[in-house]
Amino acid sequence: MHVGLEHYLTVSFLLFGLGLLGVIMRRNLLVIYMSLELMLNAANLALVSFSRFNNNLNGQILVFFIITVAAAEVAVGLALIVALYRKRQSAHVEDLTSMKL
Amino acid sequence: MALSDILPDILFYLFAALTLLCGVLVVANPFSRNPVTSAMFLVLTIISMAGLFVLLHAFFLAAVQIIVYAGAVIVLFLFVIMLLDLKEEQRRKIKLFGAVAGLVSVGVIMIISLKALRAARPGANLPAPQLEGGTNALGQLLFTQYVLPFEVVSILLLVAMVGVILLSKKDLK
Repeated sequence: MHVGLEHYLTVSFLLFGLGLLGVIMRRNLLVIYMSLELMLNAANLALVSFSRFNNNLNGQILVFFIITVAAAEVAVGLALIVALYRKRQSAHVEDLTSMKL
Repeated sequence: MALSDILPDILFYLFAALTLLCGVLVVANPFSRNPVTSAMFLVLTIISMAGLFVLLHAFFLAAVQIIVYAGAVIVLFLFVIMLLDLKEEQRRKIKLFGAVAGLVSVGVIMIISLKALRAARPGANLPAPQLEGGTNALGQLLFTQYVLPFEVVSILLLVAMVGVILLSKKDLK
């Protein structure tokens, strides 16, 4: 069977599911951040394949902006994790309960 | 059938399998829970996804993906992992309840969305793709129609830079 839009979208969905699984299952802040990156990448793949199969370049422009924003987000998020680690000596979500009632 | 007809399909299955396999190893590696291993498999995921971008004729985005993600983002991740001492993290077990809850919820979401994809068949009667995502075409669009978002994103990067410098100061107020 010839590879079409559905095949790319299936890969994108499965990758998004993997990222979501990582966010729910893992307890390390850094690995949760990597899973977020996986989910962003899955969205990028869906956008690029829609763009290709609909002959419309706007999807790729959106992916370009998503990559830029993701880079900024990773920089700020990792700085937050480092600041948190300085205060708490842990990058583990179960140790970060000071906002719990 | 000539080899040049089926080669993109073979490469698609190869890159898709590699992407998903490495994605699984980022999230749940049965041999090691070291974040460095996860980061390394994330590099492999991103590189094979750049291969998928090339198969979709998005050449510029494939290059950007490798330079920005595999080059900058993962290096940042590795720096932070080395900065924090995560030896203690490795000994912690994954909670069984969290794993089961995650698998069930993600499984249900995947079943629903894949069924919806099968039912909708978005690519059923589309014309043959001719789009080329080269640097020329993308740059043309980026500097005419999308010039305002482009400038806004540059401000966003500046704000992120200032924020990171402020956050990583020693005496955070």
